[in-house]
Amino acid sequence: MVDEATKKTLSSIPLLKTKAGPRDKDLWVQRLKEEYQALIQYVKNNKGADNDWFRLESNKEGTRWFGKCWYIHNLLKYEFDVEFDIPVTYPTTAPEIALPELDGKTAKMYRGGKICLTDHFKPLWARNVPKFGIAHAMALGLGPWLAVEIPDMIDKGVVSHKEKTEGDYAT
Amino acid sequence: MDPTKELELKLKELKIQLELERQKHESARPIREKIAQMSSEVVDSNPYSRLMALKRMGIVDNYEKIRDFTVAIVGVGGVGSVTAEMLTRCGIGKLILFDYDTVELANMNRLFFQPHHKGLSKVEAAAKTLSSINPDVTLETNNYNITTLDNFHDFMSRISHGSLTSGPVDLVLSCVDNFEARMAINSACNELNLSWFESGVSENAVSGHIQFIVPGETACFACAPPLIVASSIDERTLKKDGVCAASLPTTMGIVAGFLVQNALKYLLEFGQVSYYLGYSALTDFFPTMRLRPNASCDDSFCQQRQAEARARPPKEQESVGDSKMEDKEVTHEDNEWGICLVDETDPRKLHADEDLGRGLVAGVKAAYTIPAPVVPDAESNEVDASGVSLDDLMAQMKAI
Ligand SMILES: [Zn+2]
Repeated sequence: MVDEATKKTLSSIPLLKTKAGPRDKDLWVQRLKEEYQALIQYVKNNKGADNDWFRLESNKEGTRWFGKCWYIHNLLKYEFDVEFDIPVTYPTTAPEIALPELDGKTAKMYRGGKICLTDHFKPLWARNVPKFGIAHAMALGLGPWLAVEIPDMIDKGVVSHKEKTEGDYAT
Repeated sequence: MDPTKELELKLKELKIQLELERQKHESARPIREKIAQMSSEVVDSNPYSRLMALKRMGIVDNYEKIRDFTVAIVGVGGVGSVTAEMLTRCGIGKLILFDYDTVELANMNRLFFQPHHKGLSKVEAAAKTLSSINPDVTLETNNYNITTLDNFHDFMSRISHGSLTSGPVDLVLSCVDNFEARMAINSACNELNLSWFESGVSENAVSGHIQFIVPGETACFACAPPLIVASSIDERTLKKDGVCAASLPTTMGIVAGFLVQNALKYLLEFGQVSYYLGYSALTDFFPTMRLRPNASCDDSFCQQRQAEARARPPKEQESVGDSKMEDKEVTHEDNEWGICLVDETDPRKLHADEDLGRGLVAGVKAAYTIPAPVVPDAESNEVDASGVSLDDLMAQMKAI
């Protein structure tokens, strides 16, 4: 199933309480606050563990999320835009995290650059509704995906290192 | 070669090319005029003669009624496009298509779309082809993803006001390839009290299913974890390295055929509608069953529809289809969701499955179970969002 490291990461992310989706008006605002709190804690945990790997923000309504994620391979930093919408059936169904710039570069993606999740993700998500939120989706979905797919894409030469001047969050 | 001869050959070749190009553009325009009324006259020029023969043979009482029906098809991919073509050829009144994808060459292992559609939106390319096949069908296209908030509102409004008489559609057909979209259709149909068919093909392309969902009367898509037809492949050994999904035109065509056949039976009221029909390609195994709703379903509208169904006289409840097998009702062994799986499968088939050493009792199982939470110490690590404002949290996140 899920490896020990991911389990440990998951257990250190605060769990959410409110079962509400974007159609739920006031309750959704409550859920959104919980989402932000869990995310802030997760990013702080990552920084503390010297493993800072993404930033996310949302529109005012909290229905559309975007930001960056990065992966360090042989001391070089590879950075990608991340985006996803919160589906109307959230949190019963997880958000479909996408890295649009990698669309078409790997078979482990669905249309639009949505990452192809492992068979473990959906059962685990379903068992933890509504406690899992965006932070958990990042830790359980995107994190492991990057760790497997990015080195592979670098080896195949479909992803190459780009010099970036801004930002200094690499280790 | 004689230069004149050579030129003649070249000219011939170019003429053929020109004709092919001309035909390509021609296909956008209808070849025939609209037909005001379906006729059962058997002549070469009547596209409906063989369909109207169903009436003469006593299979369908009133075939022309098909022109009054509006069907929404969500997802116009490998299953949805073939479904749309079948209904178009049957002379359905109106089709409302939903999809946000474009046609790619990678889709050419499936039926319906052609290489020259590349780059067009699937709904647009489908509408073009369908209207040339049968100009009598009214086509509406919606090029968006139904799972996002704004689009979902529009989706709800189209399926509740999009029929030929501006009322709710007669049937919704789900031909999508993901859980999120299925759940979105499920919640819309529970809320609007619309009957719908769910359909699917497994990611390994060798099994599929259709499921008829009548809110309150049968299990909805949220009543239980997704069901899968046992494919006699051990999923743990399934190689998913390097690919997300495989697909075969055969499996998709078969599932589309099952879907439209049952849609026609439901709309035109003939035969028996299958509530669940599975298909395992490797063993040619077709389990069927009826699923009862889960009294503690997560979807509140499902619960509301169940209460309404209970309040109706039983006669009306049974009118949806056949209910003969209700006395054979059995409860599935590991029944964690309180739903009943009424097995209609031929017992000989079950034996064949046991021979494979897989112990596939009903040939259908849940994709996963929902046991107690897997994360320990759940209560100790919860967010506490009291006393903070969303703006503050958003600013805090940005400032990290
Ligand atoms: Zn339900």
